[in-house]
Amino acid sequence: MSGRRARIPVVTGMGVVAPGGLGIGPFWDLMSNGRTATRRVTLFDPEGFRCQVAAECDFDPVALGLTPQEVRRMDRVAQMAVVASREALADSGLVLDDVPPDRVAVAIGNAVGNTIMMEQEYAVVSDGGRKWLTDWEYAVPYSYNYMVPSSLAAEIAVGVGAEGPVSVVSTGCTSGLDAVGYAARLIEEGSADVVVCGAADAPISPITMACFDALRATTPNNSDPGHACRPFDRQRDGIVLGEGAAVFVMEEREHARRRMAAERAVLLGYAGRANAYHMTGLKEDGRELSVAIDTALADAGVDVSQVDYINAHGSGTRQNDRHETAAVKRSFRHRAREVPMSSVKSMIGHSLGAIGAIEVAASILAIEHDLVPPTANLEHADPECDLDYVPNTARETPVDVVLSVGSGFGGFQTAVVLGAGEAVPA
Amino acid sequence: MSRVVVTGLGVLAPNGNGTDDYWSNTLAGKSGIAPISLYDASRYPCTLAGEVPGFDAEVRVPGKLRAQTDHMTHLALAATEAALADAQADPAAFGEYEMGVVTANSSGGTVFGQRELEKLWSKGPEHVGAYMAVAWFYAATTGQISIRHKMRGPCGVLVAEQAGGLDAIGHAVRQVRREGLRLIVTGGTDASLSPAGLTAQLTTGLLSHRSDPHRAYLPFDRAAAGYVPGQGGAVLLLEDYGSAVKRGAPRLYGEIAGYAAGFDPGSRHVLPRVIVKALTAAGAGPDDVDVVFADALGDFAADRQEARALRELFGPRGVPVTAPKTMTGRLYAGGGPLDVASALLAIRDQVIPPTVNVADPVPGDELDLVLGEPRPAPVRTALVVARGFGGFCTAIVVRALP
Amino acid sequence: MSTFTLENLKEIMQSCADQDSNPVDLSRNFLDVPFKELDFDSLAVLEIATRVQQEIGVRISDDAVAEMTTPQAVLDYVNRESVA
Repeated sequence: MSGRRARIPVVTGMGVVAPGGLGIGPFWDLMSNGRTATRRVTLFDPEGFRCQVAAECDFDPVALGLTPQEVRRMDRVAQMAVVASREALADSGLVLDDVPPDRVAVAIGNAVGNTIMMEQEYAVVSDGGRKWLTDWEYAVPYSYNYMVPSSLAAEIAVGVGAEGPVSVVSTGCTSGLDAVGYAARLIEEGSADVVVCGAADAPISPITMACFDALRATTPNNSDPGHACRPFDRQRDGIVLGEGAAVFVMEEREHARRRMAAERAVLLGYAGRANAYHMTGLKEDGRELSVAIDTALADAGVDVSQVDYINAHGSGTRQNDRHETAAVKRSFRHRAREVPMSSVKSMIGHSLGAIGAIEVAASILAIEHDLVPPTANLEHADPECDLDYVPNTARETPVDVVLSVGSGFGGFQTAVVLGAGEAVPA
Repeated sequence: MSRVVVTGLGVLAPNGNGTDDYWSNTLAGKSGIAPISLYDASRYPCTLAGEVPGFDAEVRVPGKLRAQTDHMTHLALAATEAALADAQADPAAFGEYEMGVVTANSSGGTVFGQRELEKLWSKGPEHVGAYMAVAWFYAATTGQISIRHKMRGPCGVLVAEQAGGLDAIGHAVRQVRREGLRLIVTGGTDASLSPAGLTAQLTTGLLSHRSDPHRAYLPFDRAAAGYVPGQGGAVLLLEDYGSAVKRGAPRLYGEIAGYAAGFDPGSRHVLPRVIVKALTAAGAGPDDVDVVFADALGDFAADRQEARALRELFGPRGVPVTAPKTMTGRLYAGGGPLDVASALLAIRDQVIPPTVNVADPVPGDELDLVLGEPRPAPVRTALVVARGFGGFCTAIVVRALP
Repeated sequence: MSTFTLENLKEIMQSCADQDSNPVDLSRNFLDVPFKELDFDSLAVLEIATRVQQEIGVRISDDAVAEMTTPQAVLDYVNRESVA
């Protein structure tokens, strides 16, 4: 019910850095062909780790136009965010010199900060973990940028010249969706006309892999990396870590229209709830996620009958996929089996805070192409997961409204509703 | 737009374990800045910090929770209990979706993180514990508060270094209004004083290297030489005004009347603009402001920039300015919320807390600094300013209820 | 491999749960009481598994962890590993 809102947030540009394809074109090529980008870890030697697979980006910051100083100053996560933000701005055609800088905001989702450089710096100042009392003289000048995730938002803000509200939104694995939702609120309430929003994470480092090993949340099956992530499959056995970024230029609709910008999508609705149950555990009934879905649909003024595609969280853990299936059944009732629902994590892994934004990008492309990306590696039906997960092959079908959901550590449950952009009035 | 009021405060600061303790020490000018006791800091150029005195996690945080959380979350859990008690708010008496949590964090569970990194690097990946993943990340505190008190409404976490605490409060107000919440827990606590955490902080060049606790952190002083880091912060309980009155909340400290945020890439006009926006949101003008709780970084250039902004908006010596954080050090994401708590207590008691140790203010600033002694004054509206490393700028206006 | 005793397990359980405010009674026969009933949630059991892993110096498989539903099951696992 967009008419209820005086100021409507629309997406006019986007940029993606994802495993298997940098940029919107290669990203969608991977999605629409159902290829997987999971492989044995190359960013560090994974020998000795329980899980040795991940979905990595072939990311060369220099080739992508970052200067040597930018490369030194920024962790991989910030580099990815900046590259994605540049693609998004170019895609939007927005000339920021034409916008008052205090009307431009930044909201970037991120779960685990500048992990790679933070850990490398730790290793140096502790001399490989030998010293509790670190040698401060060995710290490089940008160590603090690696310690605080806010540096990520600051880099983007400086890059685009934003002087409005700038923040990192950090709700673990729902950060990407929550950052997009936060950006929509800034536009609706009038705090900004343009929000450069999205998310980035680059967690493929020894400490993050070790954390997930300890939780036994990642797959222990290293024998077939290309088929390691198996959401909704009976043989699923855990997540595969990923990395990447997706950044959007979100604008107030009239602002976009004044400059004749094409709307890629409309942010129709958003809601978050918490399960207040457990930091990592999920109740089987999916109740709070279902409430988030219901609330986001109500916020959008959209009925379940209007949803054409559900972009699932589908992390590929036993409990998540069961939980999510239950939530969708609660919210969609008799329609639950009729709506195609897929997990792109099967192809590009779970990039923690980034994935929600990358999934929003996939959802927008699904609307634009009337094509639902598949759930790859779905070969064995699971009686606990009995919805239409679009196994292995993308499906052509009209897509106007997408529900994208996320669920994460801390108990956060988030739902975003996206709609097709309106044509620019002649 | 509905009024959002503060009904409960939970303070854990280097100069006060608990709101009353903090406030009486602050009015008495008692500082909590002292040599670091958490580890042998003698080898570091920064040897002072503000540590929360006598905070016993074993008493304040239930065992199971304590083992799986970092000290930053211990402080937040204890401060939340205190804020709920202060407001006589029993979460069980609210609908589960009528309550939410929004906190700020700056750098995660630094002490817990360093311990687990040490295990990984010295012994191997199989030595990293299962609790690390939920203890270290920035969302840990919000998640644990939500779980502990069964708050299932919208929850959030914002990170904007030292400005983030005010952003969290601003977002909490938004959530009450936009999502129709009756109650929300907000604010922030940080505890980033592990050796590795301090090592990274040192690289900003903003930490004071002085070893005399009375001379180390001197914002707006000619002898300013950086700041002293601290741990702790404040948790605030916010409620919808109508709902708070209806349930008979024992005290309405005041309302969060205005909030605005901006980003300053190095220009001089952003901070004044953010302040004006916050005042406008509150329906107020500079003349309405009775006291400013300054960001007061203690860095020469940043102090001049803030002084200039305040001079431009309020006129030379146009408004009392204070920085009680000279008694606590800078608490990262916890600093802004603590200043908001102080502002509300200043409104309650009609007294402005002092800035300590500053003896030689830069004359050109023309600030009316409240130095050394608390100043009794009519306080109805207070402005709180916070800035974060990299360019974050936030302001909040708090006001007495009519 | 160093020997792993009942006392080691008790120590690990105490530190994982840190349950001084509501201590688990480890004087009685607790060995066959499911972890859940001892107020150890799934996360706490994973933490116990990590600490046992550190003690015995062998990575414990996911299947073995899944079977560690009681303290006795942990001891049984360690004993099996020691013999093997």
